[in-house]
Amino acid sequence: MTTIPRTGRSTAPQGATAGAEQPPAPGSGDAALSVRNLWKVFGPKADKVVGTPDADLSRQELKSKTGCVIGVRDVSFDVAPGEVFVVMGLSGSGKSTLVRCLTRLIEPTAGTVVLDGEDVTAASEAKLRELRRTHVSMVFQHFGLLPHRQVLDNVAYGLEVRGMSKKERRAKATEILDLVGLDGYETSYPDQLSGGMQQRVGLARALASDPTMLLFDEPFSALDPLIRRDMQNEVIRLHHELGKTMVFITHDLQEALKLGDRILIMRDGEIVQVGTPDQVVGAPADDYVRDFTSDVPRSHVLTLKWVMRDPRPGDSSEGPVMSSDTVVFKAARAALASAHPVRVVDGGELVGIVDDEAILRVVVAEETTEGSKP
Amino acid sequence: MTATALRPPGAGARPEDDVAPVQRMRRIPRWALAVAVVVGWVVVWYFTKGTDTLTLGGRENTDTHDTLTSFRDWVLASRDTNPIVQLTTSIAEVFRSSVDWLQRMLSTANLPRPVPEVGWLGVTAVAAWVGLAIAGWRIALLVTASFLSFGILGFWQDSIDLLIVTFLAVLAAVVIGMPLAIWIATSARANSVVSVVLDLMQTMPTFVYLIPVVLFFGIGASGAVVATLIYALPPLVRIAGHGIRSVSPTTIEATDSAGQSRMQRLRKVQLPMARATIIVGLNQTIMAALSMATIASFVDGPGLGQPVLDGLKINDVGRAFVPGLLIVVIAVMLDRTTTAASERAENVARRGGHQHERRRKLLLAGTGLLALVLVYVSRVSLWAAEFPESELGTSLASVADSASTWVTDNLSSYTNPFRNEFTVLVLNGSDDRPGLQSLLAESPWYVTGAAIAVLALVVGGLRALLPTLVCLAGIYFLDLWHDAMITLTMTLVGTVLVMLLALVFGVWMARSRRTDLVVRPLLDAGQTIPPFVYLIPVLALFGPSRFTAIVAGIVYAAPAAIKLVADGVKGVPATTIEASRSTGATRWQEITKVQLPMARSSLVLATNQGLLYVLAMAVIGGLVGAGALGYDVVLGFSRSEEWGKGMAAGASIVLLGVMLDRITRAAAADRSAPREPSRTSRMRWGGI
Repeated sequence: MTTIPRTGRSTAPQGATAGAEQPPAPGSGDAALSVRNLWKVFGPKADKVVGTPDADLSRQELKSKTGCVIGVRDVSFDVAPGEVFVVMGLSGSGKSTLVRCLTRLIEPTAGTVVLDGEDVTAASEAKLRELRRTHVSMVFQHFGLLPHRQVLDNVAYGLEVRGMSKKERRAKATEILDLVGLDGYETSYPDQLSGGMQQRVGLARALASDPTMLLFDEPFSALDPLIRRDMQNEVIRLHHELGKTMVFITHDLQEALKLGDRILIMRDGEIVQVGTPDQVVGAPADDYVRDFTSDVPRSHVLTLKWVMRDPRPGDSSEGPVMSSDTVVFKAARAALASAHPVRVVDGGELVGIVDDEAILRVVVAEETTEGSKP
Repeated sequence: MTATALRPPGAGARPEDDVAPVQRMRRIPRWALAVAVVVGWVVVWYFTKGTDTLTLGGRENTDTHDTLTSFRDWVLASRDTNPIVQLTTSIAEVFRSSVDWLQRMLSTANLPRPVPEVGWLGVTAVAAWVGLAIAGWRIALLVTASFLSFGILGFWQDSIDLLIVTFLAVLAAVVIGMPLAIWIATSARANSVVSVVLDLMQTMPTFVYLIPVVLFFGIGASGAVVATLIYALPPLVRIAGHGIRSVSPTTIEATDSAGQSRMQRLRKVQLPMARATIIVGLNQTIMAALSMATIASFVDGPGLGQPVLDGLKINDVGRAFVPGLLIVVIAVMLDRTTTAASERAENVARRGGHQHERRRKLLLAGTGLLALVLVYVSRVSLWAAEFPESELGTSLASVADSASTWVTDNLSSYTNPFRNEFTVLVLNGSDDRPGLQSLLAESPWYVTGAAIAVLALVVGGLRALLPTLVCLAGIYFLDLWHDAMITLTMTLVGTVLVMLLALVFGVWMARSRRTDLVVRPLLDAGQTIPPFVYLIPVLALFGPSRFTAIVAGIVYAAPAAIKLVADGVKGVPATTIEASRSTGATRWQEITKVQLPMARSSLVLATNQGLLYVLAMAVIGGLVGAGALGYDVVLGFSRSEEWGKGMAAGASIVLLGVMLDRITRAAAADRSAPREPSRTSRMRWGGI
C-alpha cells in the first residue's frame, strides 16, 4: 500500500460525491441521463424485497433467506450531456445489469431512469421501442451481430426496424462505415472479419440511428490488448467528433481512467464511489477502491492540484507557471529542470506551489509500488 | 444447489466421509440383486410353469376385446351425429380429395384422359428443377435418375403416390409444426407441456397409431396422411424449437436494443439464424414421413408400401424386392436433397449469398422454362405421358427371387440350424432349463408380473416401480398378457444383442478415426431406410419366424445405438484419458474404467432407444411369422370382427413401450443427475 501525497490535501476535493466541476448537481433538469434509487433483484417474489428490512441484508444473507439475489442496489447518479461516464467494477458487481436496466433490456425492480427527459421506467412498450430506436444505442461485449447479414445490413438494422427505406438506410449505413474506418467491407459477412473489426461494426450499428446516447457494455474485453487500445482511441476520437453522451461499462481501471470524465465504482451492486479519475485515484473512498487503484501510474492521473501546497509569503516567484489541472507527469520535467518551485495559477490567481519534492513523491512512490510487484 | 455451493469445501466434505463407507458396505450391488431375483424366478418357474399363463388362442376374443369392437361400431354408427367424428371426417375428406387431385394430376388417369394431366417427363423435369433450385445441379441429377428409375422398374404410379402422401403429410406437419416450434421456443411453460406430448408420440411404435387413426379418419389415403402427419410432426417441432431457442442471446439483446418489435425479432433475427437447424428438422420430418407412409399401406394407404406388403404377406421376396429397392432410392433422394439444401442454407447464412446471384437467377429462369415446355410435351404426347414398358423391373424381380431361392436352398443348411439353435437356447429353453421366452410367458402371470416389478425396482428404484405397475396392470386388463410377454421377450433379446453390437462398434469407432470414417456413412445410410424394407433381406435369409423379426429389429436399431455409444465415448474429455494413461492404465482398463463409465448416460440412452426401436420392429415382424402382439394388430387391420383385439394389442404395445422407456430413464436418473445431453440426442434420433 502506498501513501498518498499529502501536500495540499486541504484544497483537494473530496471524492465520494458527484459534481466536481463540469457535471451538474444531481437532479438538475438538464442531465442526459438521470438514475434514481434503481434496484434490480433477481429471484422469486423479487419485488417484495425492496422497501423492506430485507433490503438491508447482505447479498449472501438475502440469498439464503429469500432465494433472491441482488443485482443492483439503490443506485442513483446523473450523466451530463456529452459526458463520458464510466461504470467500473469486477465481474459480479452488477455493472452489466445496471446498464441493461437503463433501457430495460433487464426490467428494473424499483427506481426511475430518466433519459433525455423521458421516463424510461414508466414508458409503454411502444414508447420504449421508440426510445431504443432513436435515443439510445448499445455496443455489446460479444458484438451480437447477425451472421446471416452483410456488414452493411447489420449496420442498417436499427434503421430497418424503424421502417426506413432500403436505399436510404443503406446510404446512411455506408456513411457510418466510413466514419468507423470500415469502408470497403460493406458486403462482407461478420464471420469474415476479425474481432476488432466486428466490434467496429457493432459501433457503427450503434451510431447509425444517430442516438443522443451510447451505452457500451465491456465492448473491448473480448479483444486483444493492441486492438483494444486502438478501439479505445477510436471511441475517444468519435467522442470528439460527435460529442455523444456515453455510458461505458468496464472492469479495466486503465480503460476507465483513459476514457472517463467521471467514474462510478461498483461492488456487490452498490455504488462505492463516483468521481473524476484523479479523485478516484487521489482520494479513494475506501480500502476497496484504494486497493483497486494501487497499481495506477499516479503521475499520469493526478494533477498538480493534488500535490500543491498553499502559497506562503516567502515563495519564489520565478518558477514556471502552470494551471492546477496539469497532470503531474507532464509538469515533472519542467518542474525539475527549474531551480524554483512551480507556481500553480488558476484564473490569474496564485493558488498553490509545487516543489521538486512533491513531484518526486508521486513519481518515486509509483516506482516503489511497481518495483515491489512480483 | 447454490446453498451447497456456498458452503465452504471443508464443511461439505465432512458428512460424506462419515456416511459413504458405511453405505457402501451395506449395499449389495444392483447386479447381484437382479441375479438373485432371476434365480428365484427360475426356481418358481420350475414348479409352476404352464399354469395361469393367460394364453389366448389365435382367433379367440375376450369381453374386453368385444367391448372395444362395439366401441368402434358405435363410433362408426354415430358418424352423422357426433361432432368430433364429423370434424375428423371432414378433415379426412380434405386430405382424401387433395391426394385424389394430386394423383389425377401426376400419377393416375384423369378420366376421360387415359393418362394423368402431367406425364412422367413433366413430373421428372419439375422435380429436377426443384432439386436444382434448392440444392444445386448434382442433386438435380440425382432426382432425375431417381424419378427415371421409378418408371424403368415399373412402379411409376406407386412411387409418385408415395411421394404425394409424404408431401401432403410434410406440408401439414410444417403448417402445424412451425407455430408450435416458435411457441415452445419462446415459452418455457409451452415447452414443458408440448414436450410431454411429443415424448408420448415418439415412444409409440409406428404401427400403433394406425388403428385409432383409421377409426376416425378412414382407411386409404386420408388415414395414411393423418398417421404419417402424427409420426412426422415431433422431429420438426423439437428440432426447430431447439434451433430457435438456441439463437445467441447476445444477438437477441443487441437487436432488441435497436428497438425491434417482437414480430421483427422473430422474422429478421430468430428464424433466419435458426434456418439451418430448421432445415435439419425438416429433413428428419421428411424421413419420418416417408417411413410412416410406407407402413400406412397396412391401412390401404397408396404408394410403394403396398407391393412390398403384398410380397411380405406371402413371403415372396422377389415381389417385395423391387418396390423395396425403390423405397430406398426415394429415401436416399429425399435425404440427400434436404441435407444438401441445409448445407447450402448454412453457407448462404455464413458466407453470404451466391456469388453470381444474377447468373443463378437467369439459369433458374431458363431451366424453369424448359421444365414447363417438358410439362407441356408430357400433356400432349403419349410417349411423354406414359412411361414406356420396360422388362427391367420384372427381370430384376426374378433375379431377386432366384437369389432368394438360392439362399433358401443352399444357405438354409447354415442359417436354419443357427436360427433353431438360437431359438431353443435363448427363447424356448427345454423342460428343465428355461429360455427367456418360456420364463416370461410360461410362468404364471402373477409370477412374471411380480418379477418384472421387482427388477424394475432394483434397476430404476421407486421412480421406475410405479409406472411399471401401472403398465403391467394395463396389459393384464387388456387380456393379451401371454402375447405381450412374447413380444417383450423378443424386444429384450434384440436389445441385448443391439447393445453388444453398440458397445463393440461404438468403442471401436470412438477409438479409431479410420473405423469411424468407414462405418459412420453406413450407419447414416442405414438410418435413412424405412424400417419396412429391412424385413425383405432378413426374410430371404431366415424365412418367416420369430427369429427373423428379432434380426430385423437388431438391424433397424443398431445404427442409432452404435452412433450414440460412439458419440458418448468420444465425448469423454481428452485430458481425462491423458490423465488415466499417465497412471499407466492398460487399454482395457482405459475402456472399462474411464471411457464407458464416463459415457454412462449415452449407454443408457442407447439402451432406451434400442428397446423402443426393437419393440417397433418386433411388432412389424408380426407380418413375417413373429406372431404375438404384432400379429394381433395385423389381424385387427384385416378382419373387422378382430378390431377390438387389434386395438388392445396396440394399446399393450404402447404400455410395453412406456414401461421400458420409464425403467431405463429411471435407471439413468437414479445414479447420476439427469444430464442435458440425453435430451438433445433423444431429439436427434427422435424422428427415426
